[in-house]
Amino acid sequence: MTRWIFLWLLLALPAFAAVGDPNERLADPAKEALAREIGRELRCLVCQNQSIEDSDAQLARDLRRLVRERVAAGEDQAAVITFVHQRYGDFVLLRPPVTAATILLWATPFLALAGGIAVIMLRRRRAVAEAAALSPEEARRLAELDRGTA
Amino acid sequence: MIGEIGHFALALGCILALAQSIFPLIGAHRADARLMALAAPLAVAQLIAIAAAFAALLWAFAVNDTTVSNVVLNSHSAKPLIYKFSGAWGNHEGSMVLWVLILALCGGAVAGFGRDLPSALQARVIGILGLIAAGFLGFIIFTSNPFERVWPPPMDGQGLNPLLQDLGLALHPPMLYLGYVGYAVTFAFAVAALLEGRVDAAWGRWVRPWSLAAWSFLTLGIALGSWWAYYELGWGGYWFWDPVENASLLPWLIGAALLHSAIVVEKRESLKIWTVLLAILAFAMSLLGTFLVRSGVLNSVHAFANDPARGVFILGLLMAYVAGALALFAWRAPKLGGTGIFAPISREGGLVLNNLLLCSIAAVVLVGTLWPMFADILFGAKISVGAPFFNAATAPLAIPLVAAMAVGPLLAWKRADLAGALQRLWWVGLLAVASAFLTLLVAGYHVWPALGFAAAAWLIAGAAADILDRIAAFRRPSQAWNRARGLPRAAWGGAIAHAGVGVMFAGLAGMGLATDALVELKPGQSTRLAGYEWRLENIRDVQGPNWSSRRATITVLDQGRVVTVLTPEKRFFPVGRMNTTEAAIHTNAMRDLYAVLGDERDGGGVVRLHHNPLAPWIWFGAGIMALGGGLSLSDRRIRVSAPSRKAAPAPA
Repeated sequence: MTRWIFLWLLLALPAFAAVGDPNERLADPAKEALAREIGRELRCLVCQNQSIEDSDAQLARDLRRLVRERVAAGEDQAAVITFVHQRYGDFVLLRPPVTAATILLWATPFLALAGGIAVIMLRRRRAVAEAAALSPEEARRLAELDRGTA
Repeated sequence: MIGEIGHFALALGCILALAQSIFPLIGAHRADARLMALAAPLAVAQLIAIAAAFAALLWAFAVNDTTVSNVVLNSHSAKPLIYKFSGAWGNHEGSMVLWVLILALCGGAVAGFGRDLPSALQARVIGILGLIAAGFLGFIIFTSNPFERVWPPPMDGQGLNPLLQDLGLALHPPMLYLGYVGYAVTFAFAVAALLEGRVDAAWGRWVRPWSLAAWSFLTLGIALGSWWAYYELGWGGYWFWDPVENASLLPWLIGAALLHSAIVVEKRESLKIWTVLLAILAFAMSLLGTFLVRSGVLNSVHAFANDPARGVFILGLLMAYVAGALALFAWRAPKLGGTGIFAPISREGGLVLNNLLLCSIAAVVLVGTLWPMFADILFGAKISVGAPFFNAATAPLAIPLVAAMAVGPLLAWKRADLAGALQRLWWVGLLAVASAFLTLLVAGYHVWPALGFAAAAWLIAGAAADILDRIAAFRRPSQAWNRARGLPRAAWGGAIAHAGVGVMFAGLAGMGLATDALVELKPGQSTRLAGYEWRLENIRDVQGPNWSSRRATITVLDQGRVVTVLTPEKRFFPVGRMNTTEAAIHTNAMRDLYAVLGDERDGGGVVRLHHNPLAPWIWFGAGIMALGGGLSLSDRRIRVSAPSRKAAPAPA
């Protein structure tokens, strides 16, 4: 798919503007690491699916600074994310909150697994039944074998 | 003139493709041998027409024919020849021509090598391929003519985007398309089987190599794209869970499920219905990816994005092919009942688990990719679904998948002894646990990297255990060598591909321990990162063929000894007025040293430096996976059953 290259390209455009500013970073490595972890959860609102840690758009810079200010003030991850969430809404969270609109999204892994298991169980039962339909003698023998070792 | 010939060849190809779909399908339906015999020659004729069109397009780019609007938009006379060629498929119209060319090649391959296929099956497969080709050729001719003329011609082209002037990216689209189009062939086989009402081991022997080849190419294509992102975008990232990436991951996941379940069809004549469905879904995902990326529905904020008419056309094709195939599936699939019965704990059972988990992961990726759009339309809710969601939602499915990957190959067909298999893996499990603890001990409290190394050890050692078990290395060591040589290549291929996944996990885990530094340095100053001393020597101007750049020279020292000299650049392309960041990477296979040059101020410059342990293993792993696929393809059983010219003509 060549088009995605072009899309990426657009994603990447801000990245070429600059590589980052050393003064942005927090001096304390532990706090900087926490700030980055938080930043990766937050979307740069004007970019395509980029976190604020991966973008050099002005808005991303502002948010990075905001996050670092709050982290430097000693807030934990949940507090900072709540703070940003309250101001920018659900759209800013790359991990969507569980709401009526996203409950099915979050349920996908369980629904897919449960649906798949249900289909497999049904088909197994039918497959055994169909095989049995071929010849009663074979079916009886098979059932015996099944009972014997399963 | 050449352009018009190319355009005419496309139209001719479209008509030939229509004929290729109509006559053989009617012939197969009526058991008319003469109509069926048209299939192969028509497929070859269509291939020749499309090849001519593609050659005309390459010619237009090679001579920089500025009367062709596609060349004007995507090429420039000052560009190196290789990127003139790659520019031919580095745009929407040209890439679609490449797409149909590869499809025509596949049709030609089925026509040329498929002589020992039952003639009705061959006719139907070629007919379905013709139907797909006709749809996409119509798409090109009506919405995306690559030979559109401009008059008066401009003096020169506007240039290919500098980011795309890169060898990795020149090869990336053809690899991906070989994957996507390969699934068109398995789709054609699935639909043909539904029309025939029969799936047997011979069908499985044909579908498996095609799904293997498609999957191997797709693996390489995705890996090339990810590698390009890593070295060209300059953020040190390799996978962003972006919609366009997800669009290529979906057919890969379903395709991986397909190639596993095709094994069961071939060997045990079981899971037939499921395999047919997977073949349809794999191609549906390829088309869906095409639709999502080219219609712009997911990226509508981009003005440059795409013509809505194109999106509607592709959506129409998607609906027609997939809905048609699924309707046929609902109608005919019950006739394809399998014959093999197996216990839940068996090789078949393991492969069913593989299918279940891979398809569930695919469902998560699909829903996650589309949900922001649905949530907006249905609930008016603006939400984002990004990397944190995908990581959190796929991990619980990926963990059991990895756990089962080492066990499955040790299980016997039909009914297996799980305890026995686990017993044979005791040292593998020990190694995995040891790797996790070692990681925690050496690198500190990093849970995911520790899990990643455990997965890597489990898979690599598990693959070794599989091979050792098959050659009975411990029970009869004297014959092990002979048994190893006698082992089918498909067995080697499977083990190697599984080990490749392990190697990739090691790379991912290593990247989880990556460190970086963002510093402002003046010439002569240095900084320390990951035990190395990084010294900025100078920053100067460099002139390239179609760019000029600022290049920094950074010497990396390990205790005073020079390890390497890195030269990251900021390039400026006057045609197109674009800047790119050229990261400098030094690899010794165990780690990457990665440097990017940023803003310059007061005689110094900002540099971002990365130390990425095991980073290259991510792409080595993908390469090993594809190699395993290729090795499995070269298996004697496939070569023997597939093409042979001496084969007597099949009775009609």
